[in-house]
Amino acid sequence: MSGFWGHYTYFVTVFLMVAGLYILIARGNLLKKLIGLSVFQTSVYLLYIAPGKLVGATAPILADGYAVYSNPLPHVLILTAIVVGVATLALGLAIAVRIRDAYGTIEEDEILERDRSEPDADAEPLARPERS
Amino acid sequence: MPSILEHAPALQVVLPLAAAPLIVLVRSAAFAWAAASAVSYASLAIAVLLALRVAEGGAISYAIGSWQPPIGIEYRVDALSAFMLVAVSLTAALVAPHARRIVSAEVAADRVYLLYAMYCLCLAGLLGMAITGDAFNLFVFLEISSLAMYVLIALGPRRRALLAAFQYMLLGTVGATFYVIGVGFLYLMTGTLNLVDMAERLQAVEDLRPVLAALAFITVGIGLKLALFPLHQWLPNAYAFSPSMASTFIAATATKVSVYVLLRYYFMVFDPAALFDRLPTRELFLALSVAAMVTASLVAVFEQDVKRLFAYSSVAQIGYITLGIGVDNVDSLTGSIAHLLNHGVTKGAIFALLGGVALRSAGGAMSVQSLAGLGARMPLTALGLVIAGLSLIGVPGTAGFVTKWYLVIGAIDAGLWWVVAAILASSLIAAVYVWRVVEIAYLRPAPAGGRREEAPLSMLVGALGLVALSVYFGLETSFSVGGAREAAELLLGAQP
Repeated sequence: MSGFWGHYTYFVTVFLMVAGLYILIARGNLLKKLIGLSVFQTSVYLLYIAPGKLVGATAPILADGYAVYSNPLPHVLILTAIVVGVATLALGLAIAVRIRDAYGTIEEDEILERDRSEPDADAEPLARPERS
Repeated sequence: MPSILEHAPALQVVLPLAAAPLIVLVRSAAFAWAAASAVSYASLAIAVLLALRVAEGGAISYAIGSWQPPIGIEYRVDALSAFMLVAVSLTAALVAPHARRIVSAEVAADRVYLLYAMYCLCLAGLLGMAITGDAFNLFVFLEISSLAMYVLIALGPRRRALLAAFQYMLLGTVGATFYVIGVGFLYLMTGTLNLVDMAERLQAVEDLRPVLAALAFITVGIGLKLALFPLHQWLPNAYAFSPSMASTFIAATATKVSVYVLLRYYFMVFDPAALFDRLPTRELFLALSVAAMVTASLVAVFEQDVKRLFAYSSVAQIGYITLGIGVDNVDSLTGSIAHLLNHGVTKGAIFALLGGVALRSAGGAMSVQSLAGLGARMPLTALGLVIAGLSLIGVPGTAGFVTKWYLVIGAIDAGLWWVVAAILASSLIAAVYVWRVVEIAYLRPAPAGGRREEAPLSMLVGALGLVALSVYFGLETSFSVGGAREAAELLLGAQP
């Protein structure tokens, strides 16, 4: 593969990147925003991993008969990035749950509307969510 | 020197990092406060030690796990990172130990230890960003500090804190991801992640498209984290609705460390000659900085919430810092780097004093009007606000003046008279919003039934300590300007 299609992984990466960013910006639902954020972050995993792969290469083994091997470093980096992504997603979901407890909705425009219409509710210290 | 001090660069990060899980395991508010305070003091001690050693013997390179750079992760302390380490840990040591009362007032009792755990993680992340010499390691520390910051903000006493934290989380994650995309491109082009090594290898491939893309991604990504105008949208709410202790710490340190990252990339990784002569970097930073200095100050004049007022003022002050990058000479960069410290202590002082006000007021929203009669109700706090306000304006004898002095000298040197005019205009607008606070605090009568009670001594000591520093750095500049000048010369000396 060469020329245009030789770079097809980049096209996939860029599509995911832009699609994720678009969802993040265009959607008002906090959960959908988080989905967009995750898609966006995932595109970066691909950006790192794809160039590390050589066609016909093996794992990096230090022995005779293993001349061509894939670069292992991007995998390690992305393993770290995945952990960061999971932590971010978990934190985002946790905050979304607390926003629902406090506002009763996770639609951004409704939350802002409630901040405008009930400024006094906001002045009270946050009620602790009660759950069994 | 075969002693534990040899490992000071690692301890700088490891101590706060290790304190966080310990605090979560013990689950006691008193222990959490004690541990966070101890870690803050220890960080300051280590940072000062490192700065002294750098001043004596030049940059320190520390190989994590004895894996030699550029293969292993290198911690590198030079004049710039030593300055940053001291700036961050100095404010930390004045914030955390004095925050006990306000934290227990604003955060539910069973969550207090979590706040301190997050504070320790945030401190570890910020110090790590300043000390590491590895591009990807920097991303990890950026995310450690950011994730901890989102939680700190979400712990705020009002429900709006949740949305502020959520929005900051979205933008902050986009910024960090942009940064990591940029690092990805650089890694593709150079095959290394060590910043020193990367700078050498980049010289061969400087003009290639992926390097330019990397530059763009890193600029926008770090620009989001440092609230470069117009990427500052997350900042006002994040500062305004977080717990007082968190807003003090974040306002004093977080954006400054991101500026440090930008400086390091612009002057020590990319080729500054190409960056400033062949790309419109200078014009970009001048335009955005002046826009921030003027518009954000104007917004602050009309803002009703005190904490948001000073948050917008922070956006304007970050404009001063980035202005030095745009002017690009030794004096202006000295001003920029000194302002990382000067503005940190000044804004830290203001938010720490506002914490005392929040403790003594009825709670809830802190409008500018609620400061009425503060001069009579809390004389020391009001006086501190005035002094720190003067430093924001840049009155001679305060830290803010020193910064502006060097920025103005730099701008005159570069022949940029309109920049000088913009600095003066922005200072005048700052005088207006500071005067608004002072006028209400001293000339309006206190509302009937208001309590006359100064903030508790433990909080006052920390806040007035920061106020004192913002005067001290205005009079005695051997560390603030001396250190900053050394760092600026290091940055510009890196130009081939």
